[in-house]
Amino acid sequence: MTRYIIRRVLWGVVLLVAVSALMFVLFRILPTADPARLRAGHSPSPKVIAEIRSDLGLNKPLLTQFWVYEKNLFLHFDLGYSYESGASVKSLIFERLPATISLTVGAAVLWLAIGIPVGIISALRRHSRLDRASMGASLVLVSAPEYWLGLIVLYLFAADIGQVKVFPGAGSYVGLTSDPWKWFTSLLLPWIVLAAGFAAIYARLMRASLIETMSEDYIRTARAKGLTERRVVLRHGVRAAITPILTIFALDVGTLLGGAILIETVFDIPGIGRLSYDGITHGNFPVIQGTVLLVALFIVVANILVDIAYAFVDPRVRYS
Amino acid sequence: MSPGTPETLPGAGASLDYLELGGHVAARSPFELFWRRFRQDRWALASLIFIGLLIVVAFAAPLVVELLGLPGPNVQNPNLTDAFGSPLGPSLSHPFGVDQLGQDVMSRVIYGTRAALTVGILGTAIATLIGVVVGLTAGFYRGFTDTALSRLVDLVLAIPILLLGIGIGAACAVRGCVAGVVQPGLRVIIFIVALASWPYMARIVRGLVLSLREKEFVEASRSLGASNARIMFREILPSLWAPILVYSTLMIPQAILLEAALSFFGVGIRPPTASWGQMIAAATPTFNTAWWYMVFPGIALLGTVFAFNLLGDGLQDALNPRVVR
Repeated sequence: MTRYIIRRVLWGVVLLVAVSALMFVLFRILPTADPARLRAGHSPSPKVIAEIRSDLGLNKPLLTQFWVYEKNLFLHFDLGYSYESGASVKSLIFERLPATISLTVGAAVLWLAIGIPVGIISALRRHSRLDRASMGASLVLVSAPEYWLGLIVLYLFAADIGQVKVFPGAGSYVGLTSDPWKWFTSLLLPWIVLAAGFAAIYARLMRASLIETMSEDYIRTARAKGLTERRVVLRHGVRAAITPILTIFALDVGTLLGGAILIETVFDIPGIGRLSYDGITHGNFPVIQGTVLLVALFIVVANILVDIAYAFVDPRVRYS
Repeated sequence: MSPGTPETLPGAGASLDYLELGGHVAARSPFELFWRRFRQDRWALASLIFIGLLIVVAFAAPLVVELLGLPGPNVQNPNLTDAFGSPLGPSLSHPFGVDQLGQDVMSRVIYGTRAALTVGILGTAIATLIGVVVGLTAGFYRGFTDTALSRLVDLVLAIPILLLGIGIGAACAVRGCVAGVVQPGLRVIIFIVALASWPYMARIVRGLVLSLREKEFVEASRSLGASNARIMFREILPSLWAPILVYSTLMIPQAILLEAALSFFGVGIRPPTASWGQMIAAATPTFNTAWWYMVFPGIALLGTVFAFNLLGDGLQDALNPRVVR
């Protein structure tokens, strides 16, 4: 087990280096904007641009630049400095992280609380009207683009421009520590919109997984032992059926922690997603690299945690 | 529920349909069996017809627009905005209203099917091709080949695809890239969609091939002297057509959503070419007054994606009757 974990962690590190190498190649060979020109201000002379270029280390060979970046990353956890503001990318990320974590955690709680029970009920009452209705509704939600749903919800319910002024609209986000109540109300709409699509997916996954589990032999055994149906479903059925969903849950949360660009854009939430998007549109390479690595890190960590958790939850899983 | 009721016999409900008692017994081709199951599913059938209509609309967009008596998608009519430049809402001559430039929204929504379907179908086709070849190779050769290809898949899946898409879209927007193969507009989007979706197909195909390659028919074919390539493409591949069809159908709606999202960010299809995502983005500054400009492209997008999802589900049910749903 320990050897397995070490191997997985090492592979995770290799993957992160590979991702950053790929980003280097992609955004240096295909730059979205010339970073030196970007910093040089209005109508700069070629000399100024050349100076900035050497300041940023952009005149060195690509391989040297890559080596310097990786060395700083792994020896000092240094992600470099923004081409625009000169602030360290690490501090920019930490500044934006609370908003993204708030958005992700709230939405995750909401979609689990809705998706899992709906999936269980649908599985137990298969082909009933309730099942058909909830599965139909979930397929519609899966098909809806989230940014469009966000705009619709803003049009209907936002306090500033909505038809029924109920919730604070876009751009109303405040930090949890500065005003908890405002924080909560400002995130309600984004949570609902972000959770809607995920709740739909999870309801469908939970339903399929539970239907499969309920046809297993051990469920029949549990019934034959005379357990109450409630106990059979919850202790024997749901417990086994929910494990594959945990995998997907960990990956989804990991991905979202790297920034929900679309939702953050529509609701104007200052999170990681906005940071990375602004980085790309401004050719701010260190910011792009930092945020992409953050997402990849979350995904790698989520993957490892899931595989380790499996060994504890499911006695059939053994790693060598 | 007691043992012996039809509920506990897996697949009993599904297979009873074919056990018609009496009458003649004739062998049915796999396609016939599939079609008999598929056409029972009214929703899937309806979605197939809807998608067929969409394809016709996409091809015949100019004709459809003319038949409906609408102006062309790029006809700007300043008379259709009021004194403050706000566009006019739905009316008899413009059922979906007009946008800020005085362009007819319905006409643009109709032309938008072209972008959505082109990207959805072409992007998925390329991704399927790459995914199937990679998955077949990895699953068939196993060992080092498999490890290398599977790690490549991991790598692509660890990159946030929307971010990468925005980056590539922005970078290729001016001159194009990859030696001019990837041109701005449709081609960039198709390239990004293919890049984003092939790993999923590769994973699925690899898993299936891993178990299929141990089957007797592969051994039999090898003992007859078949080459690796022949076994892969003539023996194993044909038995994979059902899952490949199902998953590629389910990849199309994802591709359409990705195109819309990229166009929403302004790195995808650009005006004057109509794209639903780009229309929604253009509607964002004024959607509190001109709701129609935001709502109708969204409904078109939702409906199209929904139809493909329904079709994918229906295909899955019809091709995989053992899976209880």
